[in-house]
Amino acid sequence: MTGLTQQLIDLFAALLLLLAFAMLAQRRILSLIHLYTLQGAVLVAAAAVMGYATRQPHLYVSAGVTLALKVFLIPSLLHRVINRLNVRWDLEMLINVPTTLIAGIVLVIFAFYLAAPIAGLAASIARGTLGIALACILLSFMMMITRSKAVPQVIGFLAMENGLFFAATAATYGMPMVVELGIALDVLVGILILGVFMFQIREQFDSLDIRHLEKLKDD
Amino acid sequence: MSSAPQLVAVLALCAIWLAIGVAGLAALHRFHLVARVLFPAGGAVALAIVAAALPSVWGAPQSVVLPLGLPGLPFHFRLDGLSALFLLVLGGTSAGVSLFSAGYFRQSEGTAPGLLCLQYHVFLAAMALVLLADDAYAFMVMWETMALASFFLVISNHRIAEIRRAGYLYLLIAHIGALGILLCFGVLQANTGDYSFANMRAQHLSPFWASAAFLLALAGFGAKAGLVPLHVWLPEAHPAAPSPVSALMSGVMLKTAVYGFLRVAYDLLPVQFWWWGVLVLALGLASAVFGVVFAAVQSDMKRLLAWSSIENIGLIFAGIGLSILFAAYKMPAVAALALTAALYHVASHAFFKSLLFVATGAVLHATSQRSLGKLGGLLRVMPWVGWASLLGVLASAGLPPLGGFVSEWLLLQSFLFTPGLPNSFLNMLVPAVAAVIALVAALAGYTMVKFYGVIFLGQHREEKLAAARDAGSWERLGMAWLVAGCVVLGLFPAQFLDILAPVTQLLVGASLADASGGSNWLLVPVSVERASYGPLFFFAGVAASFGLAYFLVRRLYHGRLRRAAPWDCGFPWLTARMQDSAEGFGQPVRQIFEPLYRMRRELPTAFDARPRYAVEVGDHFWHWLYLPLARLVESAARAIGALQQGRIAIYLLYSFATLMALLLWVTR
Amino acid sequence: MSVLGLASQVLEIFAALALAPLLAGWVGQCRAWLQNRSGPGLLQPYRVLHKLFNKDSVLATHASPLFRTAPYVIFGCMTLACGIVPTLSTDLPLSPAADAIALVGLFALARVFAALAAMDVGTAFGSLGARREMLIGFLAEPALLMVFFTAALISDSTSLTTIVRTLSAREIGIQPSLALAAVALVMVALAENARVPVDNPATHLELTMVHEALILEYSGRHLALLEWAAALKLFAYACIGIALFAPWGVAHGQAPAALVFALPVLVAKLAAAGFLLALLETVSAKMRIFRVPEFLGMAFLLAVIAMLVKILLGAGPQ
Repeated sequence: MTGLTQQLIDLFAALLLLLAFAMLAQRRILSLIHLYTLQGAVLVAAAAVMGYATRQPHLYVSAGVTLALKVFLIPSLLHRVINRLNVRWDLEMLINVPTTLIAGIVLVIFAFYLAAPIAGLAASIARGTLGIALACILLSFMMMITRSKAVPQVIGFLAMENGLFFAATAATYGMPMVVELGIALDVLVGILILGVFMFQIREQFDSLDIRHLEKLKDD
Repeated sequence: MSSAPQLVAVLALCAIWLAIGVAGLAALHRFHLVARVLFPAGGAVALAIVAAALPSVWGAPQSVVLPLGLPGLPFHFRLDGLSALFLLVLGGTSAGVSLFSAGYFRQSEGTAPGLLCLQYHVFLAAMALVLLADDAYAFMVMWETMALASFFLVISNHRIAEIRRAGYLYLLIAHIGALGILLCFGVLQANTGDYSFANMRAQHLSPFWASAAFLLALAGFGAKAGLVPLHVWLPEAHPAAPSPVSALMSGVMLKTAVYGFLRVAYDLLPVQFWWWGVLVLALGLASAVFGVVFAAVQSDMKRLLAWSSIENIGLIFAGIGLSILFAAYKMPAVAALALTAALYHVASHAFFKSLLFVATGAVLHATSQRSLGKLGGLLRVMPWVGWASLLGVLASAGLPPLGGFVSEWLLLQSFLFTPGLPNSFLNMLVPAVAAVIALVAALAGYTMVKFYGVIFLGQHREEKLAAARDAGSWERLGMAWLVAGCVVLGLFPAQFLDILAPVTQLLVGASLADASGGSNWLLVPVSVERASYGPLFFFAGVAASFGLAYFLVRRLYHGRLRRAAPWDCGFPWLTARMQDSAEGFGQPVRQIFEPLYRMRRELPTAFDARPRYAVEVGDHFWHWLYLPLARLVESAARAIGALQQGRIAIYLLYSFATLMALLLWVTR
Repeated sequence: MSVLGLASQVLEIFAALALAPLLAGWVGQCRAWLQNRSGPGLLQPYRVLHKLFNKDSVLATHASPLFRTAPYVIFGCMTLACGIVPTLSTDLPLSPAADAIALVGLFALARVFAALAAMDVGTAFGSLGARREMLIGFLAEPALLMVFFTAALISDSTSLTTIVRTLSAREIGIQPSLALAAVALVMVALAENARVPVDNPATHLELTMVHEALILEYSGRHLALLEWAAALKLFAYACIGIALFAPWGVAHGQAPAALVFALPVLVAKLAAAGFLLALLETVSAKMRIFRVPEFLGMAFLLAVIAMLVKILLGAGPQ
């Protein structure tokens, strides 16, 4: 557990935060998917470094699972979806970007404030990064709120899961293997269901704008 | 009485101001006497006040009791470092403004010159006496005199309905503020019945009552200073007044509110709580952002300056809030740094804002135009006013090496100490706050470029501007004095800090003088390793490379110059109206900060026969706070109006019923 | 104030004045290579400067003295800026006169003068350029300040020499807050130096230009000074980046040998920075002016987050 690994973990945490902000400001779906892939890659690296630093082999396994799932499988699925639905470019925001970003910074301060006392308790080498993980989760949540199309919302959901994963890795050296595999499977099933869901919306309304769902309400 | 020489001298000088005012009233229509003798005399008195107050910055507090006013309720006056500092600002600024006024006021505008002279000097004397008052009674009397005198000055052009309306709004909010101050003093005297400040200092209030007094003071003085959300009167009243009066109101009167607030928060209240600081900081920041964002989109030059005053007051209060925060956590050295920043800004804002306001006055007289859209190119026809305001603009934009930058620098320095605070939430919050301050400062630069560029640079937007005449010699003298103030405050910060040091010592128990390491030419808040700023070296550096470049270019190459028409981009029908207008210059800010405005836009389409573009920027506070409040009052009045019958007998019946009820209540 | 300190100060200013056009030429040359062009050569900026200095200055008929003063003021500001960023040595006599905040103020002063001069002639393009320049400025300036604040929090000082001394004394490692700040600084530098995603230095298409619109009315020696000042600004920004994020190799003490060694190190680092800039410019496309506030807002936020991360994670292992 050297200073270098500590610095690397901190750096990866900062990168995750950077990516979360970049996703919040991004207007293009394709770039959004690229950013998501990048986020997955950073997670893999972070988990591997953690595994090396703490000599916990199961972290390598979870890094491997993450690599397969979040860097290769899910992005390729998303690419297929947007190709099939032909929604590569347009992206509509409910709130304009500067306002979103300012709200984002408020969220970061809030998350850091929440995490400050917890960080004092935890003994893990990456205790400082808990606040960043929390901030990533909140930012992804906000991204889901501010988008009006289905695909970015799904990506927001996945990014939120990334934040959770990082929080778990950082705070407790990862969850038990069973839980982790379970979650991985859950995400996979989740994205399949959401994919089907998206095709259904598209067939029904001829658009992926989820504001159409408001029409489903009985008057 | 001989034990208080400076205080007596200042009081006597205030009496001379009043006498000058009365003399003006006596010579009501003798314009030349009023303008050429009385106003310069007032300026001389202001200088004398500076001379009298300067030694008492370092001296022990002096006090006298004058048997004026009601029997058994004499006026207490006291002169300590804080009062002396604000007297310096008052005297220094008003000397320049009085000199300017000597050449400014015209015979046939609104109020008669003699009456104006009375109001003006009563206003000055009342401000000085507010700074000296040492009991609530004297303070309130002077405070209200100040408000009334300035109200009459604001409505000196009372034939215009808008100005009357602005004056009324001003008086209304001034009164609400005064009510807050009065209640604050009521809390501070803690039921002892003794309203002298000495007694208030001796009281030990419970945290609840101390906080109540603090909040009342914040509301009362905040209303006078123009803190959000009590700022709405300021952009109406300041532009309505004649320009020298606007200069005094923005430059000095707002500072009396800062003074009163400091007096209550640091002197009369023994301890501070950290959330007070956070509250003041938040209100200050809100005012700063709001002020500058609105200033950037104004198209009336005096309104622009008025909004910019709100911004500057916001920065001052942000500094005060930060210092309260540090003081509450027992970090006196850093509290002194933040307070020094605020006080420095008090002084530099007084000078540069007065300068800019009197410059708009000169422009107004030369062109009779206030709208930025109808000015332009005045630097060529009014070089004195133009170059003087350039310095004012640079100071106002917070650019080195002028006065505005020093206070900004100190303020940002004090933010860098906040990670030392023992509260993790504040640790997180404060860098974000520093970012906001930086943004405000940068936006101020934007606003000032717009102000200067549209008025003084470019081509004349109206034909008649070419005939505009430069300011007269009195006006030039006044502006030169104010320019000198901006430059001295910018180039000699270490010397001015010597004046501020006893004041911060008095208020928070520490000062920057301990740390400056003996260097007279560098501004060093803590240590040279930590931070330093030497405006003289800075200026010398820029000037030297300027001079060398000029010399070498001439020497090695040549100085040939040709004049030609500007490049028209192949479109030969360029007119002066194709320059960026004030609205156009404000457009990016309007777009970025759109949620902060209440905008109404009228956009032409491509097919309009007579295309018209209009944009109107309103204040959310006005629509969401004041108008509902006004409606509420109105409907309450209507409900009470049901009692109104118009028959005397019924009114008598009301009185009779009230009397009966009271008798019943008293006797039971 | 030692003799060596004075010498290094003078050397630094003259190195900046001499090398700044070379850096601009290097960036142009790299861009040309990356775009499969042959390029005008490294010395082109010097030739341009010489040519412009020899030409007559043509002034618009109603230009005021402000218009003629501004190039000298801007040139003076940029020279001083290059003088206070420690690139060769941290033993600089001028450095107590201006810290990081004053440096930002210096850039702001130059910008305000440029904008005012552009408005002075009163053509539509001049005022358009002034407005856009100030728009970029009021977003980039706080971002730059926050970048400096991140470094200032790490080294407990806003004095540039102390910052460089502290940062170069650390072992080589990556601080997350500095990494975020570096990204922010690159974005700010691109915007402030009129580089591709924000502005194109090679453009002469009126509607898209910012920097070129500002100096549209200038010619002859005034234009030369402005071009030189622009090169100095690029140089200063590159030096700021080097000082904050790669401060190794700067001379600290009194040894003249270290100073001699520092110069080639600086040149190598500048060459790398220039190549990176050219690469960035080649792979990105110019954005619409309406997108610039978002771009710079992002830089501003990144810099603020860098500060927050610094406070959250603490100083980290030294």
